[in-house]
Amino acid sequence: MQLSAEQLTWAVHGTPLVVDVNLTVEPGQTFGLVGPNGSGKTSLLRLLAGLNKPKTGQVRIDSQPLHALKQRTIAQSIALVEQQADTTDRITVRQVVALGRTPFLSALRAWSVEDDAIVAKALIDVDMAHMADRLWHTLSGGERQRVHIARALAQHPTILLLDEPTNHLDIRHQLSILELVRQLPITVIISLHDLNQAMECDRIGVMDSGRLIDSGPPREVLTASRLQQTFGVHAHVIDDPADGKQFMRFRSAV
Amino acid sequence: MSIALTQPTTRRFGLRWLWVTPLVLVAALIAGTAIGETPIPVDTILKVLANQLLGADYSVDRIDEGIIWNYRLSRAVVAACCGTSLALAGVVLQALLRNPLADPYLMGISAGASTGAVAVAVAGLGAGMLSLSLGAFAGALLAFGIVVMLAHAANSGVGGGRGVQAAGAIILAGIAGSQLFNALTAFIITKSASAEQARGIMFWLMGNLSGVRWADATLAVPAALFGLMVCLWHRRSLDAFTFGADSAASMGIAVRPVRGMLIIAMALVTAVMVSIVGAIGFVGLVIPHAMRFIVGSQHTRLVPATALAGAVFLIGSDILSRTLVSGQVLPIGVITSLIGAPAFALILVRGKRH
Repeated sequence: MQLSAEQLTWAVHGTPLVVDVNLTVEPGQTFGLVGPNGSGKTSLLRLLAGLNKPKTGQVRIDSQPLHALKQRTIAQSIALVEQQADTTDRITVRQVVALGRTPFLSALRAWSVEDDAIVAKALIDVDMAHMADRLWHTLSGGERQRVHIARALAQHPTILLLDEPTNHLDIRHQLSILELVRQLPITVIISLHDLNQAMECDRIGVMDSGRLIDSGPPREVLTASRLQQTFGVHAHVIDDPADGKQFMRFRSAV
Repeated sequence: MSIALTQPTTRRFGLRWLWVTPLVLVAALIAGTAIGETPIPVDTILKVLANQLLGADYSVDRIDEGIIWNYRLSRAVVAACCGTSLALAGVVLQALLRNPLADPYLMGISAGASTGAVAVAVAGLGAGMLSLSLGAFAGALLAFGIVVMLAHAANSGVGGGRGVQAAGAIILAGIAGSQLFNALTAFIITKSASAEQARGIMFWLMGNLSGVRWADATLAVPAALFGLMVCLWHRRSLDAFTFGADSAASMGIAVRPVRGMLIIAMALVTAVMVSIVGAIGFVGLVIPHAMRFIVGSQHTRLVPATALAGAVFLIGSDILSRTLVSGQVLPIGVITSLIGAPAFALILVRGKRH
């Protein structure tokens, strides 16, 4: 599914958080969203997920405007992994992942064996199957994040939105989650703080003060001058002799 | 790992126990009828039931039959309905507000309903149970609105305001709301009620099942069943709120309409019960917590378990209220609060530790 935003603007109490964003993500692409703190990444993801209604402009999936669709219909296509989502309920990992089936169930359409299989698969995908019966409050931050991703995967989305999903993870799980996300045959929009990780996306967009100021292939977008202007750091891009890929070394704040 | 994978997700604790719920309810109703100042043998009760419901013609002492049918059984049925309704209101409020301390009594909904009912009773706006319930409903919604707005304002005042902070704020707002509406109730009584009226109302306010008859049951039973049906229909929506409203929305729940509908339904059901028996405290707090501990927090199991346990709890409290002090009937609210207040303290302390 193609996801696009046209002239998207959103404000809270008169403070503009998303300003005139135009964006198209092609089916199957992994699109990285980068930008300093408070640049509007989370707000943009919320608009794309249909959680907030844009002040002006609109979001479309394929050619349908999001605001014309029912929340349930949207949830059958788009899944969102929020940055912080916690609970005090005594609930097991498997039960959390099962919540992802909500848009496909109803008072009359009961839980089925098929749903069990989908939940089991999602748990395997994030390497949490061995913890399926653990209680939520016994999990570490990284484990919780992986369970949230599994919950989103159980939604069988064609578009997956992730808000800094690698935040609480150790490096091994950061890399495995990113690899998993890239391999998914679906459209992924992921906000990231680690710019080297963003280099692995098909395309990236840079946000600053609510605007999408640049987008394109990572190598063309994340240049030394962009890093200085938008992120306030002196950095240079280095070729890794091991595999020919590029990475950034950050030397100092501007 | 293969063991973990083959386990089904929602049937781990099974739903097979559900078939016992009507049996337990009937047993509780019979116990509520049998136990009292004058104990009545179960076979006499069964004979009366056969006479009344099946048109049988067993010979039973006329006075016994009167006590059983008109006094104790109607009372037990209304107690069961109240228990179910208040406990379910607790489940819904706790799920939607994501607050373990949310409860129709603590949040001022019962106090608001009392004010509404008293205003109708004293001012004589309309007459009969239905107008009392409507007055109570208006009061309940008004109180809920004020408490939620106050809690919201308190939260934005200290910034962030999620989790424990929000839990605290809503309780403080609930106390303020309850005090306000209790004061309004007292004001209305003092200003307009006769001495006789005032005494009756004060007794009713503490939660009282004395004087409950079948006419009350004809309102309580449909209201309780309505509350149960609404909760069962929306059990998956309630589950979806586990990680908050945004998460529920991202999983396809139309948050505003669903939340609004559930809260209005629960305010209505609470109001009906308050208009019949007054404000009975802590049922909505204690029962859902106890049931979560036993059957877990998934609403497919939690809703029926809570409905049953609420009914049994209130029938039991009613028995206690009639038998604890011989020759005296305590207001049932006294019993539920004596049990509920320590439970509230326990939840508060445990909540802090998590």
